[in-house]
Amino acid sequence: MIRFRRAPRVPRLTTRMSPRDLVSEALGGLLQRPGRSALTSLGTVLGVGTFVAVLGLTATTSAQIDSTFNALTATEVTVEDTGGGDADDVPLSFPDDAQQRVEKLHGVEHAGVYWQVGLEGREDDTVRATLTGDAGDGERGASVVAADPGLLGAVEPTLREGRLFGAWHSEHRQPVAVLGAGLASRLGITSLENAPAVHIGGRAFTVVGILDDVERQTSLLLSVIVPRTTAEDIWGPPDDSSRAKMLVSTDVGAARQIADELPVALDPAHQDRFGAVPPPDPKALRSSVSNDLGQLFLLLACVCLVIGAVGIANTTLVAVLERTPEIGLRRALGARGIHVTGQFLTESAVLGLLGGLVGASVGTLVVVGVAVAQHWTAVVEPLTVATAPAAGMLTGLLAGVYPAWRAARIQPVEALRR
Amino acid sequence: MTEPGPAPEGATAPPPPPVIEFHGVGLTYPGPPPVPALLPCDLTVLTGDYVTVVGPSGSGKSTFLNIAGLLDRPTSGRYLLDGVDTGAVGDAGRTALRGRRIGFVFQSFHLLPHRSALENVTLALLYNGTPRGQRLALAREALERVGLGHRLDAVPSRLSGGERQRVAIARAVVARPSLLLCDEPTGNLDTVTAESVLSLLDQLHGEGMTLLVITHDREVAARGRRTVTIRDGVLREREQQHEESGVRT
Repeated sequence: MIRFRRAPRVPRLTTRMSPRDLVSEALGGLLQRPGRSALTSLGTVLGVGTFVAVLGLTATTSAQIDSTFNALTATEVTVEDTGGGDADDVPLSFPDDAQQRVEKLHGVEHAGVYWQVGLEGREDDTVRATLTGDAGDGERGASVVAADPGLLGAVEPTLREGRLFGAWHSEHRQPVAVLGAGLASRLGITSLENAPAVHIGGRAFTVVGILDDVERQTSLLLSVIVPRTTAEDIWGPPDDSSRAKMLVSTDVGAARQIADELPVALDPAHQDRFGAVPPPDPKALRSSVSNDLGQLFLLLACVCLVIGAVGIANTTLVAVLERTPEIGLRRALGARGIHVTGQFLTESAVLGLLGGLVGASVGTLVVVGVAVAQHWTAVVEPLTVATAPAAGMLTGLLAGVYPAWRAARIQPVEALRR
Repeated sequence: MTEPGPAPEGATAPPPPPVIEFHGVGLTYPGPPPVPALLPCDLTVLTGDYVTVVGPSGSGKSTFLNIAGLLDRPTSGRYLLDGVDTGAVGDAGRTALRGRRIGFVFQSFHLLPHRSALENVTLALLYNGTPRGQRLALAREALERVGLGHRLDAVPSRLSGGERQRVAIARAVVARPSLLLCDEPTGNLDTVTAESVLSLLDQLHGEGMTLLVITHDREVAARGRRTVTIRDGVLREREQQHEESGVRT
């Protein structure tokens, strides 16, 4: 017959609990009521999910802005003809060979001076496809742009038909014109087959090409573009109301440097007559995006997290009251108050962690879903996804503090009386 | 009021200290007016004793149980458990003593729902430093000893009342305590089941376990070798009426 042996004479007067035991006890507690546990962590799921989604969407849109930015804006410099102090005396500050000067700069792809030709107040201010018929048949107020051939390169055009005018046309002041697609259809010019002409203020210009699309200066699609030299011969330099500008397209990353160099290259003696406008700093733009909407949504995410924490705290508190006999039993079996605290804290932390994991997944899915729908590239910072479950766990841990403290204060005597 | 235990104090070998030694232990709840729940009393329970404590409800039985089980501190006197002065150790030490030296059996079983019999028994090994690897084997052994080797994986809701109390007893003895403290162990059971549980307690006593059984049932009280009566907070020991041999089979 087995005899009971006594426990060792001198007791070790402490009880210990390994972290592994703590976690397995906590999991056991949670799995007793899986449905309730799932509902409890829902708040954290929403909070962490919103967090990840907001941060991910902000990163995604920023990246999207960046890519648009790199393609066009970041490679564009505009030079304005301010005229400096002599604006009244000098209607056109750009030298005749402005395009050649600027295109010699390293990093410049295309450059061209352009201005709006003011037909208002002239005898004939229409643009029309034929000379016959009423003057009223033409397009009044259609935009006529005088431009260097370089401008047509800088706007990155897609030609529907024909060609652009080039250096030769410009040098020999040829009466040629390039039509934007919009204006062409309004003028009824659909094809270049029978060499159509347009009449601008009564002067005939041969249409050499029709623009289907441009990447920059989309207003050109509603304009007729003629060589700058030809326009100057006929209508003189630009009016005060529409002074000349220069559009420069550059290599990626060269824009700001070139903006600094342009006034010197154009006219070293009168640098003050030019105002070069570089593209905005992409970093500044990106942070402004994340600052506006992002902060609002982060605030919402925080609110969600707080709600989640309150949910966990509430349910854990109810569970503590419900499990009072269990707590009493554990105390009778040698659990110290700290073990009970530890168990309930671990339970709520595990709930928070699970909520955080699910939330991070849901948030990432939302980002990917939105990105797919918008044909964007989904960008989620690894740091966001990595810290999200930790944030959930911290939420759970904080939420568990009060219930766990209550649990530890339950006296075993009272608990066992039930 | 002191009554020496039936076992004589041998002078031949160093005797083990008594499991329980009460020297003037009493408890008075403070606060106006002070309520004396247990008047100062002396009691000695030796290793291998089977002591039953009887008395009507409200007599101070629970207070006695709480003090003996280290769930409550006496307001007067000294209580030595296995020779360790329980007044001299802090709360953590008392908790450790409770976890290692005392096995509890409650009237309402106090089994964790949704946990198998085996898991319920391993719970008693969780807080006393038993290495993880040994717990399952020890728990299985304890359940086999109470005759439940075939219901290891059953959850409490699928067990009968008698089986539940057997699981609770297995949980109480698995850590090899010095003292098995039973509070109305048959209070929730029918006569037949109660009898089987009491036989199990007899069996444990036969294996050398020290038992302290608190009850208001005279039948149950009669199973013990010594009976202690509590009435109005006064603890008194009286000689057992029955012959022990007649009770133990």
